[in-house]
Amino acid sequence: MTPQLNEPLSQVSLLFVTASMAFMALALMLFSFQLAQLGKSDEVSQKLSPVEKAAFWVTGFGAVVLGIGVVLRGIAANRVPWANMYEFAISGALLILMVYLTSLKIKDVRFIGTFVVGFVLVTLFAAVSLFYVEVKTLMPALQSYWLVIHVVVAVLATAFFTIAAAFHLSYLLKAGTKSKIMRVFPSLENMERYAYRFNVVGFVLWSFTLIAGAIWAERAWHRYWGWDTKEVWTFIIWVLYAGYLHAMATRGWNGKRAAWLGLIAFFAVIFNFTIVNLFFKGLHVYSGL
Amino acid sequence: MASSLFSKLAFWPRWFWRQLTSMRTALFLLLMLAVAAVPGSLYPQRSADPNGVRFYYDSQPEFAAFLDSLQLFDVYTSVWFSAIYILLFVSLVGCVLPRTKIHWHAVRSKPVKTPVSLARMPQYRVVEGFDLVAAEEALKRNKFRFEKQGESLSAEKGYLKETGNLVFHYSLIGVLIAVGLGGGFAFSGQRVLVEGDSFVNNLASYDSFAPGPLFYEGELEPFTLKLDKFNVVYDLTNPANIGQPIDFIADVTLGEKGSQSTEQIRVNYPLEVPGANVYLTGNGFAPVITVFDGKGNIAYSGPVVFLPQDGNMTSLGVVKVPDALPKQIGIIAFFYPTAEKLESGAYTSIYPDPIDPLLTMNVYTGDLGLDGGVPRNVYALDTTDMDLVAGRNGPAPALELRVGEQAELPNGLGTVRFDGLLRFASVDIAHNPGGIWVLIFSLIALVSVTMSLMIPRRRVWFRATSDGKIEVAALARGDDPGLSDLLDRLVLEIKEGKK
Repeated sequence: MTPQLNEPLSQVSLLFVTASMAFMALALMLFSFQLAQLGKSDEVSQKLSPVEKAAFWVTGFGAVVLGIGVVLRGIAANRVPWANMYEFAISGALLILMVYLTSLKIKDVRFIGTFVVGFVLVTLFAAVSLFYVEVKTLMPALQSYWLVIHVVVAVLATAFFTIAAAFHLSYLLKAGTKSKIMRVFPSLENMERYAYRFNVVGFVLWSFTLIAGAIWAERAWHRYWGWDTKEVWTFIIWVLYAGYLHAMATRGWNGKRAAWLGLIAFFAVIFNFTIVNLFFKGLHVYSGL
Repeated sequence: MASSLFSKLAFWPRWFWRQLTSMRTALFLLLMLAVAAVPGSLYPQRSADPNGVRFYYDSQPEFAAFLDSLQLFDVYTSVWFSAIYILLFVSLVGCVLPRTKIHWHAVRSKPVKTPVSLARMPQYRVVEGFDLVAAEEALKRNKFRFEKQGESLSAEKGYLKETGNLVFHYSLIGVLIAVGLGGGFAFSGQRVLVEGDSFVNNLASYDSFAPGPLFYEGELEPFTLKLDKFNVVYDLTNPANIGQPIDFIADVTLGEKGSQSTEQIRVNYPLEVPGANVYLTGNGFAPVITVFDGKGNIAYSGPVVFLPQDGNMTSLGVVKVPDALPKQIGIIAFFYPTAEKLESGAYTSIYPDPIDPLLTMNVYTGDLGLDGGVPRNVYALDTTDMDLVAGRNGPAPALELRVGEQAELPNGLGTVRFDGLLRFASVDIAHNPGGIWVLIFSLIALVSVTMSLMIPRRRVWFRATSDGKIEVAALARGDDPGLSDLLDRLVLEIKEGKK
């Protein structure tokens, strides 16, 4: 009946997660160096430079190391590895990397490597230093298959939103500066388009998260919707991204305004994960801290 | 003359309607809705956290009254929040209805006239090696709707994109109606059941009951529920996790339509009963206590529900004995499932399961205040008209009882006995007939919005030029990364004549 926890294995998992941070840090340095190099040239070549290649290899290898850490955490806890804040963060970081690396066939995605790897590094650092908790068994309220579905889709949606946000940021940087580095970035139209595509997928996944959460809430708390703080913020994020999609279809509202809106919506996602989890009173008290 | 007056009068309403149904307004209202939802997460809401509101009123009464006047404790039913979403939905209807008409015609009419200058389209090629008949074949295979217009072909596909968009917005209206009507007929009631207690489903049996505005008593269908036993499974094997609850299980007997069945209710696994579901929402200890008054009569006997105060189930309970003679007795009691004495002399519980249970009591005597007709909280003792006769800092020390023990009250007030220990479960019995409809409309919305966002809407044209070549062009609605590929693929397919 009681699931067996494997404390030593969770330490091994932590070791892998920490090691992956070293890879992310190295990848971040390589990507930044590559960016600095870009500023010196006028044309950007279609082929990857050796530094860029190395950066992607390091990122990919770091993702594998992180993946092992996440899987070991799941084995150690005898369940899915996303039941508290530390676990959301490491699973989320892994999914961001996986989504990013699999979308590399869109050539221009390589330009935002610095943002993505930097964000993953910050996430992992926060996870290990601020959110870390020992493996624990699940409290009865979390023992449901909806934990598997609802949370993994939420984390996946966040991964797509993250990549879109990196494009929003690049867009605004490029639109607001004449710096040489930004000049070799993809065109504003293209970056807007990429951001839109990732946001669209994120929005559909987020809608699913909302519905799955409501179904679970009906099972666990006898009502499908109760304006619990986490529900409120999930709703706010959904409405903000809906606003972004409308902005993209409204003349005069695409471009910079839509990019700001997408960025604000992404800040709401981060706010929901950090501030709401830690400081707001509500039923979703699963940080484990 | 009359018509011009009419058009003057109609100008402002029409202007207003045009503004309201514009995309810009919809966007603005969406952002307003997001911002307006924020305060509901900053201030406690009556619907989700009534105690939080009470706490606000207790600690900062004036500020709380100010917030209340702005409806900040009822954000989601407030005038201003409602105004925003009602305007949003009116705007939505005003936007979607005309688009439905347009789409209805578009679906039934022929593809547009081939533009004169195809070279201006975002995708344009001049190719050779096939004729329009072969192109027709390929369009048919690729499920385009097309028309031959003289020397050109005009084709379109992806009408489901707009269908999805419209269905999505209509299903949001469905969600809103289902939420509103469902909430009207919904009810949820709470009841605390001590092991051995039975519940008969009628209004009088609930400890608290929250009906929707359209609720009628006939919605409560007859059934009985008896809590036979409440089990808590603790983690006893993982060292870092000892004492964490793994499972709460209420063993119950459900009686419906003359038959009885034994069932279990667990967190996340409600029990289906006629007309409702029963959810397990809380649990705790209910020590069985008997109070003999000064004349030796049994003045109180039975289990008392103690409210848990911490993770190790230190619990607080109140016993009111209005019939005790010569004076009424009130007891504030603490229950420690596994008691440990602190250096200060106070007790604490170090484990949530009853391994070494201890009951301590502060005893008051005087007027319980029950006769004034004012409703009193059964979990709190109003000691304003009572004297402390035993307890910390009282004339006599607090009573300490283990299971089976009894103790004399001071001044010949009587005797208290700790007879035994039961557990209680608090259950919610709830039903919302709108829930299933909300789910159905939400799922339709999810599918249709996915269609609307993912399906490409494309127009393709072929025109035979006088020099025997073919002009090919394509246009998409919105961002369409695959448009160029589509055109290349079509041309290749036609050339190779592949099936």
